[in-house]
Amino acid sequence: MKVAVTSQGDTLDAQLDPRFGRAAYILIVDTETLEFEAFNNQENKDSFKGAGIQAATTVSDKDVEVLLTGFCGPNAFKTLEAAGVKVVNDQSGRVIDAVQKFKQGNVVFADDANKDGHW
Amino acid sequence: MIISVASGKGGTGKTTVSTNLALSIEQKVQLFDCDVEEPNCHLFLNPVMGKKEPVIAPVPEIDLEKCTFCKKCMDICRFGALAVLKKEVLTFDTLCHSCGGCFEVCPEGAVLEKKRSLGDIEHGSARGISFVRGCMDVGQVMAPPIIRKVRSYTDPNLVTIIDAPPGTSCPVIAAMNKADFVLLVTEPTPFGLHDLKLAVETVKILGIPHGLVINRAGLGNDDVKRYSEKEHLPILMEIPFDKKIAQIYSNGQMVVDKLPEYKEKFQDLFEKIAQLVEKGGQNR
Repeated sequence: MKVAVTSQGDTLDAQLDPRFGRAAYILIVDTETLEFEAFNNQENKDSFKGAGIQAATTVSDKDVEVLLTGFCGPNAFKTLEAAGVKVVNDQSGRVIDAVQKFKQGNVVFADDANKDGHW
Repeated sequence: MIISVASGKGGTGKTTVSTNLALSIEQKVQLFDCDVEEPNCHLFLNPVMGKKEPVIAPVPEIDLEKCTFCKKCMDICRFGALAVLKKEVLTFDTLCHSCGGCFEVCPEGAVLEKKRSLGDIEHGSARGISFVRGCMDVGQVMAPPIIRKVRSYTDPNLVTIIDAPPGTSCPVIAAMNKADFVLLVTEPTPFGLHDLKLAVETVKILGIPHGLVINRAGLGNDDVKRYSEKEHLPILMEIPFDKKIAQIYSNGQMVVDKLPEYKEKFQDLFEKIAQLVEKGGQNR
């Protein structure tokens, strides 16, 4: 299964980035093989508006089933929900640890955004 | 002549200056309340209100029968108002700035135009002043189209006074752009000065002649005066920090009605503005 993890760096040892839309990188990780692709989110990170929505479409395009992140706002959540991507909020530590925790089933899927929108 | 009354900081006295100026001068005046997030000129002028018009903006709605999910609409949108997913397209009305880009680029004609209400404008009159006010709907955030609609009623034969919103962002630009003069109302406090500096930078970029009214003079310190000297910013009027004026304001009354000596002071302010406009302004 492919999961997306927001990350401050482009390796599995990097710290998870708590922000979703404006994360530095989004790592697309295969939970079986731990092979991954590091998506550089720089353009989105500096975008004027709608960063969460754009990041959500990126995640959807990569055939990801689950997103592991810190905070997810209302527009991003709505987009992910429409794309059928499940969201796990409140993650921290290293990317690899979040993936392992997920593999052990030690997570709760969110049923709503856990952050207000930005104006 | 168009005079836009702005400030940077909120609560410095834009409405007090706009309404009292409008009531004082001999010329025929139209007053535009462009602080559309919280219009309040009517509280002081008690105008008889008449015609009301909606302000509508087009936003996209996607015809999924025609959509091929090519993402051209999403790519052109600077505001992230469209999300093209594999089998669905989401639109975010409150992020949309109604630029029309998505309608133009869609090769399939799948982007349909949906109407969204932003607010309304109302016409009225009070004591010889023709009055137009914009009011944004609760939950909306896009003020400039409402302000532009109010300003579309500008009559070049009249003196137009615009009560602008606070700040220095898009709504303020919409309320100052193409004015003949920007009257900056400030208070002599550190907060007043901080935001005044931002407002002055903004007006300079727009290249509009401008001058200063210091409200609540006597409060705070002399830093605003020192700044205005350094910037060659003319101080056109000072309104003292006076309990009587505060009481008049709190009762929703006009300063020039209760303290008639101010009528001449506001007329004098207008004369100074007219002179500065004539000679092309101080900082143009």
